[in-house]
Amino acid sequence: MKTKFRNSERELKPATTFRPNVDPNVVAGVSPRSQFRHAIDRLAEILISGVAFFTIAVIFLIFVYVGKEALPLVWGTSDGATIASPFTGPFTWQPVSTVPKYNVFPLILGTLKVTLIAMLLGTPLALAAALYTAEFAPGRIREWIKPAIELLAGIPSVVLGSFALLVLASWVQDAFGIVYRLNALTAGIALALAIIPIIYTISEDALTAVPRLYREASLALGASKAQTAVRVVFPSAIPGIAAAIILGFGRAIGETMIVLMVSGNSAILSLDPALPVRTLSATIAAEMAEVVVGSGHYRILFFIGTLLFLITAVLNWVGDRFNRRLRERLFGSS
Amino acid sequence: MKTTHLRVIAVAALAFLFVSCSAPSEAITVKGSDTMVPLGQRWAEIYMKEHPQTTIQVTGGGSGTGIAALINGTTQICEASRPMKPEEKNSVKDQRKAEAVETPVALDALAVYLNKQNPIEHLTMQQVGQIFRGEITNWKDVGGPNGAIVLYGRENNSGTYVFFKEHVLANADFAERYQALPGTAAVINAVTKDPAGVGYGGIGYAKDVKTIAIAKDATSDPVAPKMENVLDNSYPLSRQLFWYTAGAPSGDIKNFVDWVLSPEGQRIVSEVGYYPLKPEAAATQN
Repeated sequence: MKTKFRNSERELKPATTFRPNVDPNVVAGVSPRSQFRHAIDRLAEILISGVAFFTIAVIFLIFVYVGKEALPLVWGTSDGATIASPFTGPFTWQPVSTVPKYNVFPLILGTLKVTLIAMLLGTPLALAAALYTAEFAPGRIREWIKPAIELLAGIPSVVLGSFALLVLASWVQDAFGIVYRLNALTAGIALALAIIPIIYTISEDALTAVPRLYREASLALGASKAQTAVRVVFPSAIPGIAAAIILGFGRAIGETMIVLMVSGNSAILSLDPALPVRTLSATIAAEMAEVVVGSGHYRILFFIGTLLFLITAVLNWVGDRFNRRLRERLFGSS
Repeated sequence: MKTTHLRVIAVAALAFLFVSCSAPSEAITVKGSDTMVPLGQRWAEIYMKEHPQTTIQVTGGGSGTGIAALINGTTQICEASRPMKPEEKNSVKDQRKAEAVETPVALDALAVYLNKQNPIEHLTMQQVGQIFRGEITNWKDVGGPNGAIVLYGRENNSGTYVFFKEHVLANADFAERYQALPGTAAVINAVTKDPAGVGYGGIGYAKDVKTIAIAKDATSDPVAPKMENVLDNSYPLSRQLFWYTAGAPSGDIKNFVDWVLSPEGQRIVSEVGYYPLKPEAAATQN
C-alpha cells in the first residue's frame, strides 16, 4: 500500500515540474517571434505572482487595520474600556448600559456552539453524499446530483437565512417543542445547509481523485463494493476530506447573515442548544453600523474582529498541521 | 457613559470651533438627542446633496447636552426628544438675547406587539418594564395563559432600544434572554410567528400583530397606540421630537427647517422610522 503511493507520487513529479520554453539560449537563438512569446510568458508570470502577493497584502492589511482599531484598548479608552474588559465582569454582553458589560465569553461559547452543531449535522451528511456520488451512484445520477448540491453553495446566505427564519424555525420548534423559536439548534441546522455543499464538493473531488487501481486491487482481493469504498477509497482521500472539513468549519465560524437572522442574538452563557444564542460575527454585524466611532464599544467590536480572525487562523493552522501529519502517516513523508 | 458623551461633545465642539474659524462657508450645526441623530443625519445628508453650498454637522450627546449647547451658543439647532423646561427657556433668553423657538419636526411612538393569539389586550408601563427586565417570565402573571414569555426587540444601538430602555425599563438592563433582532420588521416577523412572543417598535410597522393599549400606571386607563392618542400625548410611549433655535430661524437655517417640514423632509421621517407630523404623510408609510 505504502510503496504504491510512493510510486504514484514519483510518477507525478515530472509533470508538475515541466515548464515549456525554459531554456533562454534556445529561445534567443531561434526567432524574434519566440523571443516575444518568451517575454509574454515572463510578463504573465510576473503579473500572476503580483496578483497573488497583492491578495496576501490585502489580507494582511485588513488584519493590521482591524488590530489597529482595537489597539487603544491596551492603554484604555476614555470611557473606561480596556483590554481586560472583554474577559472580566459578569458573563453578560450589555454594551449599551449605565455600566457597559463587554464580556465576550457568552459570544465565544455561542459561536462554538452553533458551529459545532452545524459541523455535527453537516459533515456526516456531506461525506455520505460525497461517498455515494463518488462510489455508488450510476453515472447519470451522479451528473445530476453533483451540480444540484453545488447549486446550494450558490444560494446567498441571506436567502438561506430567510428560509430558515420563516420556515425552518417553525419546523424545528414544532418538532422538538422548543420554547424559543429562534435558537442555537435552528441556527446550526441553517448553517449546516451552508457548509454541506463546500464539504461535499471538495471531498467528492478528493474521492474521485483516488486512483482506479486501488479500487480494482481491493475488488480483486475479494472486498465488496461497500468495503472498498469505506476501507480503501475513503482512507486514501482523507487529506482532501480533512481540507474540506477545515474549509467548512471556516465558513461556519465566520458566517454572519444566517446566524444574525436565525439565532435570536441573546448572549447567554449556556450549552443548551434550545436557547437563543449570539455569535461573534453577528455581534459585529449588528452593532458596528451605529456605534460611536472611537468609543470603548467601537474598540471592543474591533477587538472581537481580531479575536475572530485569530480563532480562524489558529484553527486553520491546527487543521493544516493535522492534515499534514495525516498525509505523512498515510503516504509517508513527501 | 455620560462623561463620554460630554467628552465627545467637547471634542466635537472644539473641532467645530476650529472648522468654523478656518472655513468661511456657512455650516449649520445640529446637536442633541441621541434618538434623533439618525433622523438629523439623514435629513442633513439629503439636504446637502440638494444644496451643495450648505454644510450641516449633526452630533448627538442627548437632549440635555443639545439644550446646553443652544444656551451656550455652540449649536444653531438643538434636537430634543422632550420639551424644553421653562428655566431652560429662560437661560436661552438670558444668554442668547432671543426666545427659544420650538419647532416640532416629527412624532414618535412605540407600540408593544403581541402575537394575535395572545388574549392580553392591555398592560401597564410597569408590567411591560418587568417583562423586559426578566422579572415577569410567565404570561399568567399578567393575566394571560400559562406559558413562558419570549422577548424580542431591537439591537442595542438602535434609538428605539435606547428609548425603550430609558422609558420602560427605567434604564435597567434588558433580560439576558431578550432576543435582539436586526430591524423592526424582523421583530414583527418574530412576534407574528411566535404565540409566546412580545416585541416593541414603531406603530407604523405593526402588521399581523396585536398592538396593545398601555396604561401609565395601575390606576389609569389603558390607551391604544393610535395617531390621535399620540397627537394628544395620552399614549404613554408617545412623544414629539423637537428642534429648538435661539430666535426664529433665518437664512440658511430657515431654509433647512422649512425643507424638513416640507413633504419631502417628512417623507424622510417615515423612512427613518419615526412619525411625520401630519397623518396623511403617515398613510404612505409601510
